[in-house]
Amino acid sequence: MALSAALWRGIAGIALFFALWEAASLVKLPFLRFVPPPHVVLENVVQTIQTPAYWSAVYISAKRVAIGYVIGVALGVPIGLAFGVSRVFRDTFFPVFETLRPIPPLAWVPLSILFWPSIELTVVSIIFLGSFFTVVINVLGGVETLDARYLRAAVSMGATPWQVFRKVIVPATSPSIFTGAAIAMGLTWEIVVAAEMVSSIGSGQTGLGAMMWQAYVGGVIPLIITAMISIGLAGLVFSALIWQIGAYATRWRRVV
Amino acid sequence: MSGGLSVRNVGKVYDPEGINVVALQELSFDIAPGEFCVVVGPSGCGKTTLLNIIAGFDTLTSGEIAMDGNVLTAPGRRLSPGADRMVVFQNGALFPWKTVVWNVTCGPVLQGRLSRNEAEAQARQLLARTGLAGIEGQYPGELSSGMRRRVELVRALMNDPKVLLLDEPFRALDALTRSVVHEHLLELYDLARRTVFFITHDLEEAIFLADRVVVMTTRPGRVKKVIAVDLPRPRDHRVLTTARYGQLEEEALEAIHEEARKAFETGERELA
Repeated sequence: MALSAALWRGIAGIALFFALWEAASLVKLPFLRFVPPPHVVLENVVQTIQTPAYWSAVYISAKRVAIGYVIGVALGVPIGLAFGVSRVFRDTFFPVFETLRPIPPLAWVPLSILFWPSIELTVVSIIFLGSFFTVVINVLGGVETLDARYLRAAVSMGATPWQVFRKVIVPATSPSIFTGAAIAMGLTWEIVVAAEMVSSIGSGQTGLGAMMWQAYVGGVIPLIITAMISIGLAGLVFSALIWQIGAYATRWRRVV
Repeated sequence: MSGGLSVRNVGKVYDPEGINVVALQELSFDIAPGEFCVVVGPSGCGKTTLLNIIAGFDTLTSGEIAMDGNVLTAPGRRLSPGADRMVVFQNGALFPWKTVVWNVTCGPVLQGRLSRNEAEAQARQLLARTGLAGIEGQYPGELSSGMRRRVELVRALMNDPKVLLLDEPFRALDALTRSVVHEHLLELYDLARRTVFFITHDLEEAIFLADRVVVMTTRPGRVKKVIAVDLPRPRDHRVLTTARYGQLEEEALEAIHEEARKAFETGERELA
């Protein structure tokens, strides 16, 4: 009951958004001169999604996001935990980490293009960087805010350091791990589009970012918006997936 | 019977940035094996410090603490935490990401003392005894605070400790829940008399539970008064209305009130 009410409100909100957009086009607001009305965009969407080129662009971008993201999380979680639990590791590597972290992922693009032999690896590596730093810093935050009572209780009950790590530190940090993973997922779609725009121009490599840029260069404005909507939806689907996995893995938090 | 604790001339000086803070000074008392000893004292008198030293979370700077005649800790002799001295924490420390049964069985299983099946059978029995049958598969977040405290007591006992260290474990409970949990605690205590070292602010709780109440002075913490509680066991809430209970409470109140006032005045001075 409550869910369906929320669903209806959501649908109403989207409908309202399109209605305002259409109305704004009808009255010809000057600053919306170049923005086609929604029914034109919708036509373009319908056309575009029937072309294999579109799905190939979606697939290429999604694959890049998935690979860069998975590597980012897979390395980010253990390194974040290591920063949290090991004084030596932290003293040694945290300064390097903190110096590299503020560099925006896109600032890595020129160097990555030179460094990696292919565009594919360039884009994936930039997505990796974006998610990696976000995950590490969140996981570290999770370990740092861990309540000492749990550690003391575990040690009192005879847990070995490895048992404490596995049975206490990792599960206690898991909410932060998933928060970091979800934030990182949001970033990856921002990054993939920008990285593709910058790095795949003229290379024939297509992803949604390149598709959008080609639409801009070719002056096909509805296609730009189709690409934007696609990116929004793809990001939504991927984030929802991460939230779902996180909610399931930390379901002990939901019970009250 | 084992688990006798002996606190001998224990002192603890904190030395942050050269300012000596004497938390405990020349503190001495004994707890007999199987005795239920409750320590009361004003805030900041070092009760928790003493408990942490016994538990192995903190060190002492003078004196020694012995268990059954063997020195546990002395200056320069670090004591590691262990299941023989289980702590039940003020705010509770059940692992919220594990089910009740995992929480209560983790001690013996991690130590390799019992198989999972043996531990679970024992846990089921103890849980049932505290009125908690059937909650094994639930997460701590699904339980009421009173139930969580009982689960925590069961978890502590599952570790088969020689001494049970309780640091104001029922502070956050409302009065009604607390009285129920008190009776459960006494029931568990009567089941297998283990030495209990219990810290509280609450005199009623202290006298209701204890064999002996140790009143501590304001900082630096020393023993102000020891009150033997001769109320017969097994006890239930009706003991609180007896004349003997009234006398004991009056005696304790007088001792603690004096110290509370001193603590308050010291606090005022330190703030001024």
